Order: sequence, then C-alpha cells, then structure tokens
Amino acid sequence: MTGTPPRAATAPDRAPTNLTQGGKTKAGIGESTLRPDGTLKVTGEFAYSSDMWHEDMLWGFTLRSTVAHAEIVSIDTAEALATPGVYSVLTYDDLPTDVKNYGLEIQDTPVLAHGKVRHHGEPVALVAADHPETARRAAAKIRIEYAELPLVTDEATATAEGAPLVHEHRTDHHIGHVPHPNIVHRQPIIRGNAAEAAKKADVIVSGEYVFGMQDQAFLGPESGLAVPGEDGGVDLYVATQWLHSDLRQIAPVLGLPEEKVRMTLSGVGGAFGGREDLSMQIHACLLALRTGKPVKIVYNRFESFFGHVHRHPAKLWYEHGATKDGKLTHLKCRIVLDGGAYASASPAVVGNASSLAVGPYVVDDVDIEAIALYSNNPPCGAMRGFGAVQACFAYEAQMDKVAKKLGMDPVEFRQLNAMEQGTIMPTGQPVDSPAPVAELLRRVKAMPLPPEQQWLTAGAGADVRALPGGLSNTTHGEGVVRGVGYAVGIKNVGFSEGFDDYSTARVRMEVVGGEPVATVHTAMAEVGQGGVTVHAQIARTELGVQQVTIQPADTQVGSAGSTSASRQTYVTGGAVKNTCEHVREQVLGIGRRKFGTYHPAWATAELLLEGGKVVTDGGEVLATLADVLEGEAVDLELEWRHRPTEPLDLRTGQGNGHVQYSFAAHRAVVEVDTELGLVKVIELACAQDVGKALNPLSVVGQIQGGTTQGLGVAVMEEIIVDPKTAKVKNPSFTDYLIPTILDTPTIPVDVLELADEHAPYGLRGIGEAPTLSSTPAVLAAIRDATGLELNKTPVRPEHLTGT
Amino acid sequence: MRVTFTVNGRRQEADDVWEGESLLYVLRERMGLPGSKNACEQGECGSCTVRLDGVPVCSCLVAAGQVEGRDVVTVEGLADFARQRAEGGCASGVCGTGLDEAQQWQARPTDSQTGEHAELAPIQQAFIDAGAVQCGFCTPGLLVAADELLERNDSPSDADIREALSGNLCRCTGYEKILDAVRLAAARGEQHTAGQGA
Repeated sequence: MTGTPPRAATAPDRAPTNLTQGGKTKAGIGESTLRPDGTLKVTGEFAYSSDMWHEDMLWGFTLRSTVAHAEIVSIDTAEALATPGVYSVLTYDDLPTDVKNYGLEIQDTPVLAHGKVRHHGEPVALVAADHPETARRAAAKIRIEYAELPLVTDEATATAEGAPLVHEHRTDHHIGHVPHPNIVHRQPIIRGNAAEAAKKADVIVSGEYVFGMQDQAFLGPESGLAVPGEDGGVDLYVATQWLHSDLRQIAPVLGLPEEKVRMTLSGVGGAFGGREDLSMQIHACLLALRTGKPVKIVYNRFESFFGHVHRHPAKLWYEHGATKDGKLTHLKCRIVLDGGAYASASPAVVGNASSLAVGPYVVDDVDIEAIALYSNNPPCGAMRGFGAVQACFAYEAQMDKVAKKLGMDPVEFRQLNAMEQGTIMPTGQPVDSPAPVAELLRRVKAMPLPPEQQWLTAGAGADVRALPGGLSNTTHGEGVVRGVGYAVGIKNVGFSEGFDDYSTARVRMEVVGGEPVATVHTAMAEVGQGGVTVHAQIARTELGVQQVTIQPADTQVGSAGSTSASRQTYVTGGAVKNTCEHVREQVLGIGRRKFGTYHPAWATAELLLEGGKVVTDGGEVLATLADVLEGEAVDLELEWRHRPTEPLDLRTGQGNGHVQYSFAAHRAVVEVDTELGLVKVIELACAQDVGKALNPLSVVGQIQGGTTQGLGVAVMEEIIVDPKTAKVKNPSFTDYLIPTILDTPTIPVDVLELADEHAPYGLRGIGEAPTLSSTPAVLAAIRDATGLELNKTPVRPEHLTGT
Repeated sequence: MRVTFTVNGRRQEADDVWEGESLLYVLRERMGLPGSKNACEQGECGSCTVRLDGVPVCSCLVAAGQVEGRDVVTVEGLADFARQRAEGGCASGVCGTGLDEAQQWQARPTDSQTGEHAELAPIQQAFIDAGAVQCGFCTPGLLVAADELLERNDSPSDADIREALSGNLCRCTGYEKILDAVRLAAARGEQHTAGQGA
C-alpha cells in the first residue's frame, strides 16, 4: 500500500490492492475503457469483504431478536460463554462507552438492543468463536426472556390515540415540527392554490397506490474483518458506501479517536443504498478489541435481510386535474412512507418524495405532503431512487388515468405537460439545465417494437421459453395478451436540502521507471458502479499520462461522501478533476522553472499535458513529462464542492433544494397469461439523458441494471411483513425473488447527452433514474394488456386473475 | 475428518473438516480459494458454482466429505482448464489427472496486482470486454456456468444462454451485457475454429 503510513495493526493476508491500469489506448473520458479491476474480478482474485482473511482470526456472529416489539426481561449468556471455542459473548452491558446508539442523521439505532427490541431481527448479542458454526451454536444457547409489547405497524396504529411510542424519548431536531412522535419527519410542499386551480379542471382523477417493501439484495453479503492494533486502535476492512460516515458513527461507540479507527474499503459486492447504514462494523470492532484477535463477520443471506434497511414501502393518494385540452391544472397528494423502527435515511427520503412528487411535469398549483412513520416494521432507508421511486409509480399511473379520461394518447399527454429547462419546480427552484422530458419520451416511443407474438410467428410452433410461465410449459399461447406501457421520471442527483456534499481527492504525479505515472487516492466506495474506471479516465485526460494507479479507498484520505444518490461521478469525479487541474498547474510550474528559458511558449502559450508531454495548444511539444518531473513529485489533496443547496421551508417546502436532476423514460412491452396471471416482460426500452457519457459502456450497464431492479419490484420483489406480528416472512432468495436472466428482457438503451453546464464535463448522475420509470412502465403495459386497474407493486398472479 | 481431492489440477488435503462444512467453505476458508462466492449459501444464486468432476454444481450445497477423491475446478483454475481443453487435453479431470501432473501444476503468477496480462479463458476475457462485470460478485459463478455451456454448445442461441444461466443471479448488470459476453466468446470461438479450418 504505497503512499500510506505504516499501520498499527498487521495487515490481513488477504487485503485490498492497488489497481494499476496502463493500456495502449488513450483511454480518457468519453471512451469505453475497461475496468481496472476487471481481470481480478474474473479470475477470482479480487478481495471482497467476505474474502478477508487473517492468521488466527475468529468468527463473529450476531444473535437477533425473534420478536418485533418487546421488553427484554433478561439475557443469560453463561452457557454460550462456556462453549468450547468461544472467546467472547457481548451484550448491551458490555459496551465500552456511554455512546450506545448510532444513526445516519438521528442516532436512534442501538448497537445492541437495550431495554427493548423494536423490530424483528434487531441485534441483541454477539459471539466470537474459532469456527463460524461454533459461534452460531453458542449464540443459540443465549437465553433471552422477552415481554412482548403492542405493535405499531401502519399509519393508523402509529397515530391512534394512546398508540405505543416507538421511541418514547425522542430528542431529535424533527420532533418539534412533526404532528406525532411516531412520525419521523413531515414535509409539505405548497405552491399556488391547488383547491382554487381544481375549479378550472374539466376532469379530476384520483387514485390510491401501494408500493411494496423492496430489498437491495446486493449479492455480496455484509461482511468484514476487524484487526486490533498494538496502539489500542483497530483496523477495519469492510464493504460500505461511505467510509467516513461509518467512521463518524463507529469511533464514539468504541471510545476511540477517529485516527485510531483505520478503515479500508474491501471489495464491495453491490450496494444500492443497503450499505449506507452500519451493519457489522461496530460489532466486529467490539469483538476484536475485546478478544485481542482479528474478527471476521460474514452474514449469510438470511441474516442479510435483517442486516440492512430496505426501500420504504409507501401508500400514496393522488388527485390530478386537467383541462379538456390536456393541461394539468393541479396536484394534491399525500405520501406515507413506512420508515420502520429506526430513522436511517427517512428524513431525506421524505424530502425527495415530496419535492419530486409532481414528477417531470409542469403543475403550478400543488398541495403535497409526505411523511415517514416510525413503526415496528423492519427499518427502511436508502435504496436506488430514494423516495422518487415511490412517487413515480403513483404519478405515472395517474398520467395514464388522466390521459385515458381525456381520450388522449398517454405519451402525447405527458409531452404536453412535460417540464423543460426553465420550468419552476414545486419547490420554487428553477430548472437551469436541460430537462429533455418530451424528447426522451419521443425517443423511447420511436424505438422499433419487438416482433408481434414471437411465439406464433416463429414458424415451427411456439418456443415455450419465450412465453409467460416459460419452461414450466403452462401455455402455448392460449390466453396470452400483449400490452405496451410508457413512463418517465425525475430524480435529484446528489445530497440535497443544504447538505455539505463535498468530496476529496489526492493525486500524485511522479516518474516511475522513466514513465510519468499518476496515482489517485480517494475514499470513494467502488461498489461496482465503475468509479475506479472513471477516475483513471479523468486522470489520463487531465494529466496526459497513460499509467494511472487507483489506491484502495481508506480513511487516510479525506471524505469522498457516499456512493449513492447518483452523485459519485459528479462529486468525487469532480474532485479528481479539480485536483488534477491543480497538479497540472504545479507540473507546468516545474516545467517553467526548469525549461522556461528555452522556449517562449512556456511563458505565453496555453499549455496542455498530452501523451506524456507538455504541449502548446497549437500542438508544439515543449518537454516530456519524464524530463519535467524527473526527481520531483507533485502530490496534492484537495476538497471539492458543487454549488450549494438550501433546506426546504418546513411549512411550504420552498427552497433551492436540489443540485441537479436526472431523467429517464421507459417503454415496456409485456405478455400476460390472463388465465394463470403470469407476466413475461418482452422488452424494456430506455432513453436517458446522461449529460455526458464519461464511459459509454458503463453508462449503458448502469441503465440496464437500474431498469432491471425496477422490473423486479413491478412483478416479483417484496419483503413480506406479517401485519399481525411484524415479522419478516421471506428472508431468503428462495422466497424473496429477484429477476433472473429468464425474467429479464432485452433492454435497448438510447443515450442522450445534453451537457449540464454546472457539472464537471457536463455530466449528469445516472445510476438511479432508470430505476424510477421502469416499474410504472411495466405496470402500464400490464394494465394495457389486461384492462385491470392494478395499483400495487408487485403485481402478483392473484391481482391478474381476481382469485 | 480429512478430505483429499483435486482442485484445479492440484491434489489438496484439508484436515479437521467438520462434517457439516460445505465444499464452498473448505475452498474459501481452508484452501485459500475465495473466488467461489458466498452470496446465498442455499443454492439459489449460483455465485459459488464450480465444476465437480466436470459437472457444474453449487459448491455451497456439496458437503465437503462428498468430494473425497474427486476433481474440482473453480474460477481460479478456469483459465488453465480452458487452455488445456483447447489444447485437446483432458481438462475436466473426469478422465483422470495423473498424480505427477497434478503435483507439477503451478499457478501462473501475474505481472501486476490487477492481474493484467494474466492468461484468461476466452469467457473471462469476453466478460471484461463486454462490460459484463460490475460489482463482480456473481461473476465467478457465471463464468464457470457459461464456460460449461460453451463447452457443450459452441453456438448457443439467446434462449440457450438464458436457460443455462438461469441459476445465476446478478443484481448489477440487468444481464444484457452478460448475454453479450457469452455471444462474444462464442463468436470468437467460431472465428478461432474457422481460422484453424482455413
């Protein structure tokens, strides 16, 4: 690990490595450069967090509550501790400091349950043992006596008179303005006069929508390795989305200064928001510090469903009005998000759901309210699309209903009301970059449709694999109908509402083996999105070098912020670009000092770094970078910020809350077996504006991946919580279904590049927008095929057959 | 118990294996071969797919004791496996890897930490070239499954590819680029064959 100071703890035998990429091509921005970690990943050598390994390490295991809401009467750990091979058993009483809770915004989540448990699967005790099975068996010997409490499971039970309070002693900053202590946060958006504008409507359409609880279902389970240091600190190798946010929450619980908690990102097997909150981080550190030995924790899939927050399930009430010539008059809506037992990212999800509730449309008169509940359901927080997904599902269903009532084409109706650059958002914020909503709809509609009923026209009879039900051979086409549906969505990019959303990059330039080499060091979590690829491309472009080394992300460099909210290429990419620009200036300064007297252009011309040389803007070569840098290195670490945002007014929701918006449109083509209620999505086309595609291959991969997660929630994905017990009923990949390659159709993508002049290279965050509109597009297509109303995700066979 | 079997052409012994340990656990935690991934450990996601006597299996569902005396190929050995197959040798080990041969087997060192210039199986290179790798956690299992498909069927239709890979979950890519990668590897294989014929 070059460039970092010696560690206080011994490094694991299997640990993250530098990623060095040379290559013969220029491989700068705009090119489909291949991943620098690609070879490691296809050979099985890439070190994911669950692969961490240390000589003499122990295995940690977490005992979780079997009930959703209960007082803990007693915990007896004696038998567990006496189990051969067990080194430590910890409960709440063993926590080393008075800081016993953590949280992203509100510190309401116990490290280990104390006094009571508030949801099924809450961590109660920890075991460290010499074999994972020993740890599991010992944990099963811990005796816990629970006295069950009444449950809060929805808005009615949360706000009923005398309702039990999920957090009876709230002191957070939202408590002063929420109507009930079981409401985490409430954000109204009031603009114009919706009640007055409704009088101008020729048609009024209302609907009630239910969005199920989706899981991120990243494939790499929560895992990591904590290694105690000789200085009393700890080294933590872990998969996360934001090292410094974790650090801020971990260190106080351990009673250590932040510099003694040294975090290194190990390989991340997907995230999608599910790694924004802590999972096993503090637990592994506690066990390592207690036992004096390295401790590895790896969740299995069952535990993973309890180890991270989920997407907020939501109920949404919408009323739109329109004139008979097809102009929207007003919007009234109410969005109730279930945040579950702990706050997590609920306040920000409320902010997004409310401020984006109107969708990418011009509606001057709105009356919007979004709230998030505290309940005894599983905690919900960040997931790809983050509040905007739930709203998009509802407003797009509404657009189809209004269009139908007016007798208009649903795409033309949307285009007629589409926002554009200059539109004022319901928050009062003007949209000051391209907003090609009508154009994206036009493009996605113009894409060629898949052939009609392939299973009939194939000639030699139906290939049952192409039909709903597939290989199960449930139909040969009888009862199968086709439908087409459209949707479009708007997502904010980056953290909003006044958050100081900065990033830091360290860039070093030197000569190694006669070649100029750039080293990029950030704390950005590479979770699969391709940030490492883009950082190398940016360094090549800005510094004119071929060879770029990406150091592992760790806390030895300043914060990069979270790999979420479609922000990382914008913000950490922006930080790398900015630091490279300053490095370039210093390199040119060295060149001027060494060679300035040899050529007047050093003083007068605009100088660039290209192909390992200093060149004038006219293309004249002044020196090689190897000669300029020989014996000297330039090394800078700088923070970078995008333009600031403002908090939303708590009564009116007015404020310039967002940095940038991202737009995608989908067209879904489905076939439905109306007899069995089985759906086959035939094609899911997408058009998206990406501002500037820094890496077109990765851009398309992100769009297809996001589209598929939206497809999943449309037709199969839902964490089912028993309303009577608040227990999760399907925590496994047997029962929580995510799309397989057989469920996922062809996803043609049309990428539009309209530069945002405020963003680095004109880029636009891309990761989330495709997750918004694919769900309502599939729903619209199923409605088109069946004529059914369908107001809930996921659509299940019984919704289609009325059984 | 002690389990003795062949992994990627090398004879391996694991001591003190607990009866309930899976082949996946033994590979990852005892053999130092973490390439096979632990995403669900219940046979639903395919991330831990290996070849057991040539047959693709979820190694999480195979008890370690079941592999006694048998032959396992993991993603770590995939490149060598594909090379030997291309050279007409007995890649799968079904026909028996000689003990002398197995003992002489050496993992090939790569010349940088990213493994650049490593010799890759065609399917591995195709996954990189097609952009089929994002977080990469599903990749090892998909590679083993896709390589086995191409061994059986060197010009699969899209429906064949979908059917063969339907036991491997991927959460990042939307599968389109995985399809591209398998098509690419198949096309390159055909070119290679055509070149030899000409």
